[in-house]
Amino acid sequence: MDYLGSGFLRALVLLFSGDPETFSAVTTTLEVSSLSILASLALGIPGGFILGYFEFPGKKQLRALVDTLLALPTVVVGLVVYAFISRRGPLGEMALLFTVPGIALAQTILVLPIVVSLTATAVEGLDRRLRLTLITLGANARQIALQTLLEARFAVLTAAVTAYGRAISEVGISMMIGGNIKWHTRTITTAVALETGKGEFAMGIALGIVLLTLALLVNAVLVTLRRKQ
Amino acid sequence: MKKITLFSIALSLFLFTGLFAGAAGAADQVLMMATTTSTDNTGLLNDLGPMFKADTGVELKWVAVGTGNALELGKNCDVDVLLVHAPATELKYVADGYGVDRREIMFNDFIFVGPKGDPAGVKGKSVNEALKTFAARKIPFASRGDNSGTHKMELQLWKAAGLPVPDKETWYIQTGQGMINTINIAAERDAYTLTDRGTFIKYEANWKGEPPLAIIVEGDAALKNQYSVIAVNPARCNKAKYDLATKFSEWMASAKIQKAIADFKLMGKQLFFPNAKK
Repeated sequence: MDYLGSGFLRALVLLFSGDPETFSAVTTTLEVSSLSILASLALGIPGGFILGYFEFPGKKQLRALVDTLLALPTVVVGLVVYAFISRRGPLGEMALLFTVPGIALAQTILVLPIVVSLTATAVEGLDRRLRLTLITLGANARQIALQTLLEARFAVLTAAVTAYGRAISEVGISMMIGGNIKWHTRTITTAVALETGKGEFAMGIALGIVLLTLALLVNAVLVTLRRKQ
Repeated sequence: MKKITLFSIALSLFLFTGLFAGAAGAADQVLMMATTTSTDNTGLLNDLGPMFKADTGVELKWVAVGTGNALELGKNCDVDVLLVHAPATELKYVADGYGVDRREIMFNDFIFVGPKGDPAGVKGKSVNEALKTFAARKIPFASRGDNSGTHKMELQLWKAAGLPVPDKETWYIQTGQGMINTINIAAERDAYTLTDRGTFIKYEANWKGEPPLAIIVEGDAALKNQYSVIAVNPARCNKAKYDLATKFSEWMASAKIQKAIADFKLMGKQLFFPNAKK
């Protein structure tokens, strides 16, 4: 049990002394999760909008597929992406294995279903009269799409936060695709796995607290954004 | 409407690929190595990596996995060089054309560790006797079960003792995890396990010299643990940096680094014994 106490103290020391190894893991984590979140929002918001707004044949099945993919295990994503970006794989020429963009690519696949599904739900949940009103007011297609998403912005924000939480906390992909290389692809979660593997439990807990602190900061920013609107 | 959605899909696809491009370049003076967990967990590579950079200007990056996994990464051309410890498997690997220039670098030994009180009463006995006692009396035994160098060694020892691998026995705990984790599991379950000495010294250091497990069987000739460097075959993997791998292999065998390996100590104990042939 004393791991928890000493871990908490170590976390404070790591955070306030600017320990370079911890700092490197923090920046790598932020880099990876920001890249993957940007990419998944760029793809997932339009995708979710289409899925939630339009009626088309096969929509229900597609929706069921997306919701199933919410349960994608990280190690499976890691394995599949590894098979593609290994030097002997079809995308081997891009040299993405054991790099930050490689991890971000795999994480994007992991969190994309979250963004698509939650955005679609948000768009579906809007008042049907909104669309009619917009059309009556003479809005063109682009304006309708933007207004609809604007109305659903809080829900879309929730989608982004949920996806961010999934990306920042996963370990399977970062380990398999990143390789936990010191100063390069070591994220906070792979560092926790490593410290645990080395039997340095207090250090592992310290890093876990650092990760939670990061998540808290991100959420604090979002809460302030929400208040201002 | 259709036009717009197509446009936004195209735009996001463009953004998406743009984000991940540019990952290629800037990788010339980097040597990628796959190695076993023991060289990393003990901290040896944390010492050697910066020294290699200072001596040659080449940055050494490594992934620490079990030996089986490391060999697989070499097969898939994902790394340039290997530092592993499973001689029989390695020789087959080289014969099959996956690796070249296997060079022995250093060794330590495997030991059987178990609960301090030695409930099985095998302290000081031979490996064969110890294994037979475990099997006969159903003494809990933790196995790596992960195709690592240590796991391969353990399977070999069961075979040498004339016993079947106790795969489905309830007393045989297959952890599927790294060495320190497996030692921790052994400690929690009052079990015996096979470990390399280096990792066990690291474990003792974590417990500040008072661990719940002790060395029970050691010194048997069958327990030698040889580490070797193997370059990934450049004829199979055209992207493999064979020149840098050779540089690393020669550097590891040099007098200076052999001495650095001998000088690497935890709690005043030497973990690895250099034995590269000149």
